[in-house]
Amino acid sequence: MKTVNVPLAYMPLVDAAPVIIAQEMGFAETEGINLDLIAAPSWSSVRDMLAFGRVDAAHLLSPVAVAMAMGLGGVSTPISAVSVLSVNGNVIGVGRTLEARLRDAGFGFDFHDPYRAAEALASVRDGPIVFGVPFPFSIHVELLRYWCGRSALGIGGIEIRTVPPPLMADALAAGDVDAFCVGEPWGSVAVDQGAGALLLPGKAIWGFAPEKVLAARTDWADNEPDLLGRLMRAVWQAGRWLSKQHSRTTAGEILSRKAYLDISPELIDRALRGHLTVTRDGDLRNVEDFLCFHRGAATFPWRSQAKWIATRLQERLGGGSSVSLDEAARVFRSDLYRQHLAQIGADMPGASEKLEGAIRHPTAVASTRGQMTLLPDAFFDGQLFDPSPQK
Amino acid sequence: MTRELTVVVVEDDRDRAIAIVDALRAGADCRVFVIGNSSGLARKIAVHEPDIVLIDIDNPTRDILEELTLASGPLERPVAMFVSGAAGGLAKTAVEAGVSAYVVDGLQPERIKAVIDTAIARFQMVRQIRTELAETRRALEERKVIDRAKGLLMKAKGLDEDAAYALLRKTAMDQGRRVADVAEALVTAAGLLG
Repeated sequence: MKTVNVPLAYMPLVDAAPVIIAQEMGFAETEGINLDLIAAPSWSSVRDMLAFGRVDAAHLLSPVAVAMAMGLGGVSTPISAVSVLSVNGNVIGVGRTLEARLRDAGFGFDFHDPYRAAEALASVRDGPIVFGVPFPFSIHVELLRYWCGRSALGIGGIEIRTVPPPLMADALAAGDVDAFCVGEPWGSVAVDQGAGALLLPGKAIWGFAPEKVLAARTDWADNEPDLLGRLMRAVWQAGRWLSKQHSRTTAGEILSRKAYLDISPELIDRALRGHLTVTRDGDLRNVEDFLCFHRGAATFPWRSQAKWIATRLQERLGGGSSVSLDEAARVFRSDLYRQHLAQIGADMPGASEKLEGAIRHPTAVASTRGQMTLLPDAFFDGQLFDPSPQK
Repeated sequence: MTRELTVVVVEDDRDRAIAIVDALRAGADCRVFVIGNSSGLARKIAVHEPDIVLIDIDNPTRDILEELTLASGPLERPVAMFVSGAAGGLAKTAVEAGVSAYVVDGLQPERIKAVIDTAIARFQMVRQIRTELAETRRALEERKVIDRAKGLLMKAKGLDEDAAYALLRKTAMDQGRRVADVAEALVTAAGLLG
């Protein structure tokens, strides 16, 4: 098999691990491909490189893929989210001013209870709390809005602004933002720099949120089915490797290299293990499945997940889109996932949609190879999201 | 008569900003504003009601601009949008040249073209200068480390300068590494051993 180069853009984050590991641990080589990994300076840049053909695939925020399918945000080249790269992994945190006020009010930084965190924040604020997020189309925005809209904070009680995570500490210091929702390592970096403290993991709001996807330009995916299959299999194998406990030290070392995250492996390790340091005083909190690369069918692109995102985007940004929710949800290519990953024995669910939020405990469901376990995907307020077409 | 275009350039390096503004003013009929500091960027841009916003593709604050593609209410003029549709080819060229252009929806492609063409040429030139500068800096930095490593070897092993360099080069070749990397490792190790 001749080795083929596949250019792939990514943002240097802990959840880019599957594409980096696919290349570094030889999973790509086994499939006869070489991933030409291009670190991008911004999410807009990742999207543009993909849309305009500088790369064929990318590590992408899942709502960017859905927004593009809905014609939101200016660039509408058809792309396909062929698998989910990571589930969960975000943190919500506050800057020093709010941290001090919360502490004075006796808040314990439990890093667990969204209601309690919202009540504490609501009681110490003296105006809308400004949250910095990495990108206007992101799970970060949707989690924040979902949480505030259903808690003591209230949807009018916050403002959301885009701040690139490397600039978040400055934005906090300058008073441009009061709080933040970011992916790792940026939450841990903020704590280490003394810029703030962590309030909640993203999964406290939605238990199983599809964070990043493996995206490919649809014309490339259609024209290069063989290459696409090789790419998907290499990345899937990397996710499985990452899910093993004994892999974590090696993974942290690889990600910490100058060419990738260029940050201490100790900081990366926190997210990989779900052992977070939430305050400068060193308060430790453990979160199971803080960041998932494989377990519980994490990589399966559920149409219902895409539909939840599309519904939220439509609510927030109004109608005007001529694309139906069903059409938008088809950007999550469960069909391609089944087609390309069946042959390496990836187990997959029988259905491509589920009632989002209905799983409270690890649950066995019918799968192509018998049974598989799905992990809790509850929303913090216990609501369910029904993906079946609305009347 | 058509109104002249309003262009906002986001660039925090003063010299680069001046170079780009001069070129735009000479090459196209437009008013140009420069915004340097990223604090409150979206607001600062919106104040100018620009027709076109230009920003280096490597600038991480680009993501802040994406908010502008959403910020417009139904009654406002569409704030900004990435070049697409009729001017899509232009967008591709711009991306390749390392400039991102956000353009108000509905502007005629011919009107945008003069500005973008000029911007592309100028961004390319500035980029080239920057790359050269970075390379020169790196080379200087490496030479300093190699000199320090040579000094260490001369002192520790009583070698003369040529012999010290020869030893560094031989070690590098044996290990399949760059001389600068070997030198850096030596300097670090010496620092640790104090």
